[in-house]
Amino acid sequence: MEPFNTHTGMVMPLDRVNVDTDQMVPKQFLKALTRKGFGRILFYDWRYLPGEKPNPEFVLNFPRYEGASVLLARHNFGCGSSREHAPWGVKDYGFRVIIAPSYADIFYNNCFKNGILPASLSEEQVEELFQRTEKEEGYMLTVNLPNQTIADRHGLMFRFDLAPSRKEVLLQGLDDIGTSLQHEPDITAYEKTHAATATMYEAVDVQNYTDGR
Amino acid sequence: MPPKTLYEKIWDSHVVHEEAGKPALIYIDRHLIHEGTSPQAFAGLSAEGRKVRRPDLTFAVMDHSVPTTAKDRILPIVDTDARLQFEALEKNCRETGVRLFDMNSRNQGIVHIIGPELGVTQPGQTIVCGDSHTSTHGAFGTLAFGIGTSEVEHVLATQCLVQSRSKTMHILVHGKRPRGVTAKDIILAIIGKIGISGGTGHVAEYGGEAIRDLSMDGRMTVCNMTIEGGARAGMIAPDETTFAYMEGRPFVPQGKAFEEAVAGWRKLNSDDGAKFDMTVELQAQDLAPQVTWGTNPGMVTSVTGRVPEPGSFHDPNDQKATESALKYMGLKAGTAIVDIPVDRVFIGSCTNSRLDDLRAAAYLVAGKHVAHSIKQALIVPGSRGIKAQAEKEGLDKIFREAGFEWRDAGCSMCIGMNADVLPPHERSASTSNRNFEGRQGKDSRTHLVSPVMAAAAAIAGHFVDVRSLDVSSVE
Repeated sequence: MEPFNTHTGMVMPLDRVNVDTDQMVPKQFLKALTRKGFGRILFYDWRYLPGEKPNPEFVLNFPRYEGASVLLARHNFGCGSSREHAPWGVKDYGFRVIIAPSYADIFYNNCFKNGILPASLSEEQVEELFQRTEKEEGYMLTVNLPNQTIADRHGLMFRFDLAPSRKEVLLQGLDDIGTSLQHEPDITAYEKTHAATATMYEAVDVQNYTDGR
Repeated sequence: MPPKTLYEKIWDSHVVHEEAGKPALIYIDRHLIHEGTSPQAFAGLSAEGRKVRRPDLTFAVMDHSVPTTAKDRILPIVDTDARLQFEALEKNCRETGVRLFDMNSRNQGIVHIIGPELGVTQPGQTIVCGDSHTSTHGAFGTLAFGIGTSEVEHVLATQCLVQSRSKTMHILVHGKRPRGVTAKDIILAIIGKIGISGGTGHVAEYGGEAIRDLSMDGRMTVCNMTIEGGARAGMIAPDETTFAYMEGRPFVPQGKAFEEAVAGWRKLNSDDGAKFDMTVELQAQDLAPQVTWGTNPGMVTSVTGRVPEPGSFHDPNDQKATESALKYMGLKAGTAIVDIPVDRVFIGSCTNSRLDDLRAAAYLVAGKHVAHSIKQALIVPGSRGIKAQAEKEGLDKIFREAGFEWRDAGCSMCIGMNADVLPPHERSASTSNRNFEGRQGKDSRTHLVSPVMAAAAAIAGHFVDVRSLDVSSVE
C-alpha cells in the first residue's frame, strides 16, 4: 500500500450529515470483480443526471473544485453498508484525506486499508474549514501525518488525534496480512488449544437437510 | 477476578496475540462470504501467492444478486455482471476448498439467515462476513460483525483479524411488549432514541424482559439492525430459547457433545456488576408500531405519529437533513403516517424473512386481498429451508390467494441488485433494514416497518396501526 506522510491539496466540501456508503457507490456497481475504476462512479446518483450527464447542482461537478484531493465532510461520514467499494471510489477519484467530526466504524477502518487518512476534528473546527473553503476559491490544506496537523496558508493550524497503530499503518503503508502472518506460530498454537471452536462439527448430512421447524 | 461483560469474555477467549498499546490479533471461528464482497479478496490472495488457511471454517453462499423467480433461477443468468460474480465465487470456492451453497442448493439463502439455520452460528464464537448485517448472529451470544473486503482477504489468509477492543453498551428493554409490537418495532425505537451513530465505537448487548421474551427469530431481527444504530455488533446472551433452537441443526454437536456444548454456553453472559460504558433503557409497554419517514433508519416515528417539521429539530444539520429527506421522500411535514399511501410491499431481507415473520404476515392477510392500488406485493423467504417449511404450513397458498407473489430466497428488493427493484418515486412498505436514498432503486422511497405492518399496508393500501386489527396470535 502507498505510504502516507504529508499531503497538500484543494478542499472540496460535502455539506451533509450521515453520508452513507450507498451514496458513495450504489448497489449496481457492487457486481465488480476488481478494486479499480470506482472514482468515475463515486457519488453516482448525486453526481449524474440521466444519461450520465453531470448534475451541475452537485458540488463534485463545480468547476472550482476540480482536482480537489481533500474531502471535507460532516458527522457520521460513511455509515451503513460495509462495502469497501466506497473508500476505493474515494481514493480512485483522487481524495487522499477526509476531514470530518466523526466516521462510522467500518468505513473508518476500511480507509486505513487503502491509504486514505480519515482525520477527525471537532464540530467547530470542521465548521471553520467549511467557511474558509466557501470563502476562498482554491482553498488548500496541508495535512501532516507525522505531526498530526492540518494547516492552511493563512496560519490556521488544527491538531487531530489518531491511534498510534493507525498512524503507523499509514506512514509505512503496511500490509496487514504480511504482519499478521508473522504470528503464524501463535495462530497454530491457538488452534490447538481451542480445538472445540476451531473445528467444524457436522453430524447431519447437510445436503439432505431442510429446516423442519 | 473483576466481573466481565459477555463481549469481554468472548474477546478474551479469542486473543491470539496482544502487545500493549497495539490492536490485538483475534481468532475468527467462522467466516461467511458471498458473491458481492469476496472476488477482490480472493484475487488479492492469489496475487500474493497466499492460501485460504481454514477453508473448513469458511462458508460461501450466493445471495445478493440471485434471481428470485423460479424461471430466472433455472435459465442462464441474464445480468452479465452478476453472472461473472457467481462464476468467480464458484471458481474461488472450488479452487480453495471452501464450501459453497450456490443458488441451486436446497440450503441456499441470505448469508445471515442460513448461518443460524444450519447451526454454523453458535454461542461464544467470533463470526465475520463482508457485510454489515453480520451483527445478526449476535443473537446467539456470538461476537459477529461486518468487515471490508481487505479484511475478508486477511481472514482468508490468517483466520484472524487485527482488532482493537470496542467500548460496551447495555441496551435494556424492560417489561412486556404490547400485541402488534414486534422485534422490528423494538429495534427501530432504539435507533430512533440513540440515533444512527449512537452506538459508534461500541458493541451492544441487549437485555431485559422484552428481549428475553423474543424468539430466536425476533432476537436476530434486533441484532441485525444494531449496525443501523452505529454499533458494529449486537449480542444477546444465550439461554434456553437459544439452546432449544440449536439442537439438531446440521453443524451443531449432537447427543452428549451437545450437552457438553450447552454447559459451556451457559457461562456466556455478563457477570453481575460488569461495567458497561453506556446504558440505554426503554419500557416495552410504551412502544407502538414504528414507521420510518425519512432517508435513514433513525428518521422514525410511531404509526400514530406525523411526518415531522424540519423546524422541530434543534440542530441546524438535522433541520437540513430533514428538509432534504422530505423532499426526497415526497412527503409534507405534518402528514399523518396512516395517511401515507403505499405502491409496493416487500416482506423479506436478513432483517425479517424468517418463519415467525412469514407466519405473522400470513395470519394478518389470510382471507383478505391486497388493495387495488398496490402495484406489487412480494414475499421473499430468507432461505430455501424457510421457503420449504412455509410451504409445508400452507403459507404460500395464503399469500398467493391474497395477491402476493411468492418468491425464491435471496436479498432481493432490500438492496435491488437483482431484478427486484423499486421504481423511481414509488413508495414501499418494506421489512428490510435501510431506507437510504436509492437503496431499493434509484429515486425509490422506502418506509421500514415490521412484517405485520407491511402486510396490513398491503391490504389497506396505506399504513395502518396493526393494533386496531386482530393481532391476537401474532408474535
